[in-house]
Amino acid sequence: MDPTLTVYRGLKRAGIDFAASVPCVNLQKLLNLVSEDPEIIHVPVTREEEGVGLCAGAWMGGQGPALLMQNSGLGNSINALASLDLLYRIPLLMIISHRGCEGEQLVGQMPMGRLTPGLLDVMQIPRFSPAPAEAEDTVVRAWTLASAERRPVAVLLDIAFWRKG
Amino acid sequence: MKRIEAIALAAEAAEAEGALLICNIGFPSRELYAARDRSENFYMLGSMGLASSIGLGLALAGPDKRVIALDGDGSVLMNLGTLATIAAAAPENYLLVILDNCCYGSTGSQPTCTHLGTDLAAMARGAGVRTVKSTNSPDGLRLALSGNGVLVVRVEAGNADVPIIDLQPDRIIERFMQSINRNL
Repeated sequence: MDPTLTVYRGLKRAGIDFAASVPCVNLQKLLNLVSEDPEIIHVPVTREEEGVGLCAGAWMGGQGPALLMQNSGLGNSINALASLDLLYRIPLLMIISHRGCEGEQLVGQMPMGRLTPGLLDVMQIPRFSPAPAEAEDTVVRAWTLASAERRPVAVLLDIAFWRKG
Repeated sequence: MKRIEAIALAAEAAEAEGALLICNIGFPSRELYAARDRSENFYMLGSMGLASSIGLGLALAGPDKRVIALDGDGSVLMNLGTLATIAAAAPENYLLVILDNCCYGSTGSQPTCTHLGTDLAAMARGAGVRTVKSTNSPDGLRLALSGNGVLVVRVEAGNADVPIIDLQPDRIIERFMQSINRNL
């Protein structure tokens, strides 16, 4: 099973029709699929925090927004997640490529890699890390939770996830 | 021109054309609230730097509605990539107004780099925004408010004596979204 396709199918089934993104090597196929999808407004942004703002505006305008990024971008987004999304109770689906975990080859990825789950936990942002076989359902469940409870929710997909399939 | 005068003119124009207004954190939101409160105003209470991004997302989501973001020089300098993203997305229903008072007005008027010559209109052009205008007069502002792209308005430093917004975040977003749905 192609891990990218399972995530993409999840986005489609969840009704995601707006995506902001900053690239990660593990997201490249997903970004291509999202870009080519006429039902999804895809906005590449320069920094993940900007994407949090775009997705908030898009949600207020009636879209189902997702932010596609590497976990390093979580660090760039924390104030916006707190003082925009948590403050106004704005839902957001974050699809996060988790680098700096098992299988990582770049030492520079390690500090944020280790900190990422704890950062999400301390912000009380629910996180899910499914295997590829469950990823489609998990993405749907994550957005359902985000929109029902009006909060950001993360789907954190590690290096092993993208190698499976 | 004082910033609150520019904000009042923008609010008047937004009301006349049924536009949605996204307003920057701090005194600009307080001045807008005092000058002309409407359900169609979204007052930012946090996330400095993101007024232009929230406005862009909203404009892309609702192509039948005009969206105006009221931002500041300090806030745009914090999120300069926004100019490139706006240039690339280029929605026709979106105007970013940068009220440039050359300082961080809500925190004690510390100078920003526009005080030393940084030209945000030139930066917007350099980012690829096709329609970029600048003005420092009320008449120039009135004319330019009906357009799209980026509008840089030079205003005086200093804040009006206006109270803190007495709306909770839940209320701000609830009535803002209701006003969008009414207009759909």
